[in-house]
Amino acid sequence: MTADTLASRLVTAPAPSLTRQGNRLNATRVALHTFLVLTCLVWLAPLLWAVFASFRTYQDTATNGYFSWPRELTFTNFVTAWTQADLPHYFLNTLVITLPAVAITLFFSSMVAFVVSRFSFRFNLTLLMVFTAGNLLPQQVIAVPLYRIYLLTPLPSWLSDSGYLLDSQFGLVLIHVAFQTGFCTFVLTNYMKTIPKELTEAARVDGAGVLRQYWQVILPLCRPALAALATLEFTWIYNDFLWAIVLIQTGDKMPITSALNNLSGQYFTDNNLVAAGSLLAALPTLVVFFALQRQFVSGLTLGSAKG
Amino acid sequence: MARPRPGQLPTLDRRSVLKVLLAGAGLAAVPGLAACGSGSSGADSKTVTFGSNYSDPVPRNAIKAVLDGFKTDGLTVTANTKDHNTFQQQINNYLQGHPDDVYSWFAGYRMRYFASKGLALDISDTWTALGDSFSAAQKEASTGADGKQYFVPFYSYPWALFYSKSTWAKYGYQPPKTFDELITLGNKMKADGLTALAVGQADGWPQLGTFDQLNLRTNGYDFHMSLMAGKEDWKGAKVKAVFDNWKRMLPLYQDNALGRKWEDAAQGVLAGKSGMMVIGSQQIGQQFAQKLDDLDFCAFPTIDPQWGTDTVEAPIDGFMMSKKAVNVDGGKKLLTYLASPQAQLTYLKSDPTSIAANAKVDEGTYNALQKKCVQFVSEAKHITQFLDRDTDPGFASDAMTNGINKFLGDPNSVDSVLSGLAEQAKSIFTG
Amino acid sequence: MTLAEQLDAGTGTTRPPRRRARRKSTALSLTDRIVLLLMVGIPAVVHVALVWVPTIGSIVLSFSEWDGIGGLSDIKWIGTKNYVDVFTAYPRFWPAVAHNLIWLVFLIVIPTAFGLLMAVLLDRKMRFSSIYQSILYLPVVLSLALVGFIWQLMYEPDKGLVNNLIGQVGHINWLGDSSINLYAVLVAAAWRHTGYVMLLFLAGLKALDPALKEAASLDGANSWQTFWRVTFPVLKPINIIVLVVTVIEALRAYDIVFIINRGRNGLELLSILITDNIIGESSRIGYGSAIAVVLLVISLGFIITYLVQVFRKEERS
Repeated sequence: MTADTLASRLVTAPAPSLTRQGNRLNATRVALHTFLVLTCLVWLAPLLWAVFASFRTYQDTATNGYFSWPRELTFTNFVTAWTQADLPHYFLNTLVITLPAVAITLFFSSMVAFVVSRFSFRFNLTLLMVFTAGNLLPQQVIAVPLYRIYLLTPLPSWLSDSGYLLDSQFGLVLIHVAFQTGFCTFVLTNYMKTIPKELTEAARVDGAGVLRQYWQVILPLCRPALAALATLEFTWIYNDFLWAIVLIQTGDKMPITSALNNLSGQYFTDNNLVAAGSLLAALPTLVVFFALQRQFVSGLTLGSAKG
Repeated sequence: MARPRPGQLPTLDRRSVLKVLLAGAGLAAVPGLAACGSGSSGADSKTVTFGSNYSDPVPRNAIKAVLDGFKTDGLTVTANTKDHNTFQQQINNYLQGHPDDVYSWFAGYRMRYFASKGLALDISDTWTALGDSFSAAQKEASTGADGKQYFVPFYSYPWALFYSKSTWAKYGYQPPKTFDELITLGNKMKADGLTALAVGQADGWPQLGTFDQLNLRTNGYDFHMSLMAGKEDWKGAKVKAVFDNWKRMLPLYQDNALGRKWEDAAQGVLAGKSGMMVIGSQQIGQQFAQKLDDLDFCAFPTIDPQWGTDTVEAPIDGFMMSKKAVNVDGGKKLLTYLASPQAQLTYLKSDPTSIAANAKVDEGTYNALQKKCVQFVSEAKHITQFLDRDTDPGFASDAMTNGINKFLGDPNSVDSVLSGLAEQAKSIFTG
Repeated sequence: MTLAEQLDAGTGTTRPPRRRARRKSTALSLTDRIVLLLMVGIPAVVHVALVWVPTIGSIVLSFSEWDGIGGLSDIKWIGTKNYVDVFTAYPRFWPAVAHNLIWLVFLIVIPTAFGLLMAVLLDRKMRFSSIYQSILYLPVVLSLALVGFIWQLMYEPDKGLVNNLIGQVGHINWLGDSSINLYAVLVAAAWRHTGYVMLLFLAGLKALDPALKEAASLDGANSWQTFWRVTFPVLKPINIIVLVVTVIEALRAYDIVFIINRGRNGLELLSILITDNIIGESSRIGYGSAIAVVLLVISLGFIITYLVQVFRKEERS
């Protein structure tokens, strides 16, 4: 539904009677809230369990088991995880990969979306289909040839200290961009289609080239969609697991998901420590989530609900 | 869905969008800039690069102490440490990419495989200089198919039947000499309220050790190595006999073996809840860390007197040089150092559960467990490296692990497991 | 910026339409054409080079026998032998296919229905609605590796929450028993998937004109009838999206299972089989690529259906 038709519907339909939608407290409402609260508690239980474990010492749980009142609650695990696993270093690695990847993905996909939504070229549909399909492929399907391509592509040393695309953080950025561009292009195309053509027409008549039309007219109007996609992409790229294993060879360059492996010993696993480390690693996504929830939600839904 | 009305969501103004994009592009250059001063690996002939899978705190510090002791010719070593499992997983890509000069690895099939594929550097000259520091069996384990050496041993640890001295003393158990005695002992342990055999197969590899022991005792060393090379029939009577023997052990197994990690199983032995465990000295030794003098072992018992207990499974960890090594000279010097008694003893100070490979090591610093291990290994007629290092790794990690899991989950499925193994062996070894 | 201000004011442009008839203002200059080409070209090249070229590469490699070492000259071409071996001589293959199918059916039936229920319940003015929503889709934000680890803690036979709550400490091996561990893992996957689906349905429900619901209830329909006759048909485009997203997630499932036990003992999946063969020491590239192609073909089947569905509407509109 476009804004116009929705507006027109609301004008012609009888005005919704607000009194029926007020916050009244009757049996149905109480039952509903009870159900929802219970569901949410059950929902949070696994996460809370991990949080509980992370605050307990290894000795405590080894002797008393996890399902027991804690002898003491401590931050030790978090501190150990932070220092032993060298988490700050890996956080930086992840940021160096994730932020440029998000920025470049949005840049690329907004450009393609601009062209596809504003101009009717014959290849528009094919292009869109290729991008969308590419985003839905399982990662394992392309791992081996991708490794080969990366191994053989040389890069100047200011972009990669290994001299090649392989084992470089730039290489990881690139594959994330290639993979995520499809989804973002699809979403932005739909979004840009709702921007009236009159605006770019006006700009063109004013003498603006396509680049200015893109940069000064369309892109600012896409801010909500861009913010939403940025939140979503940050989470997805941050949580990725497979690409680093395939494309990075130096331990020090890996993103944080791999750093957690350092916490579980070669021959021994301290679950509390790993829990603390995993929660620390999840912190950025949780922070982004809580701070930018609305963007996250609209990002997921912009791509799907074609009204 | 209607387009969100302007002002509904917090927006970024154009300047901040620009800032983000520029920052993004700028950050992309950071890794390059940060690396500006470091230089590419090995360009400096005073540096030797070292690829290490000693990733956990104890081994990591131990190897660091070893490398710090390397003072030949003013060379310095740069270590590239990767998580133990990841290092192994990436080894193929690593060696074809831009590997370090020297890297840690294991003796056996895989080492020979790299050599035959031209990924490892021939270090026979280093071996000649090492003279008689190593036994013939160790040299054999370090030699490629072409008769040249590619590997330098560092330490090894034997697999056997481990138990807690105090628990056995308490119940009056004696080491079993034959397989029947083992079964009897296990039943006695169960009657005494213990778990007879501690088993933790969640990671998939520990029970490969049990298979090795059973096969070596049932069919002997030569058949075992031939089977590992894919030259024997998995559906044949000999292999079936191994599994028949295994079935006799299954009632003694700890329950939920497939869901338990071996560390937890070993903790059960330490705590006196389990009687014994088929495992390596390094693994269970680290679990017994504070009570190492309580740890003891005996050889897996005889099944066929023709073989007795002549073969010991004692995997050797060591180092190799990559064919693409930049600092070949420096690398060879590092290898010579790593093969020396001092380097090995420095490492073992932090890991008193393994034994040095070099025969000239002064055993005065060894604890009782290590001395027993040395004697145990030196008396062996043959040494094997553990299944996943003695055979094609794909066969080991995919076919064997899953086949054995299937057998352990349902012992009556042994026929379908064996024919599955036979087909996959055909596919992997000849195909 | 005047144009933006005009848009904000909601008035839109007031240019007279006759301008559009002038050919001169609609023709693209050469600079414009080049810029447009670059704008589309660079992203397209990156995408095709890093996604589609390797896909073709995988298809080609599936007809080879190669251990990943050496160059093109070391590749042995063996026709369809890999496929024959995968379909007939690989004990883990058909169980993996079965598990992927079970994964798919489970995700379609349970989290989708539950997500729809939660969306319907939460799609109304009530206090705390956004808090409930946040809690329900919190797991979507967590990485699958973390989800796998959290549920491992839950399912621990001796120390985990589940066994302790139901009084079966040490008895039920949720993750070690191959007859139930797939379902145990599916609960974890559903925990994450429900939130995602709920969001999609909430968005779809927002497209529903509240006036229609009003009209229906004025006509005397109860909530159940309103749901089926009014709400559900409007959700049709969303249903398709949810279905495709669910299918793709089911085919892509990997991280949770890998973290728990590397995909063994009842948790085999096609993605695990592929990585077991190509990443890691075993390195049977051709063989793994054959399995990858099987996964690709299955995925493409659904992807193409989705594309046809979505872009047919595109062409019509």
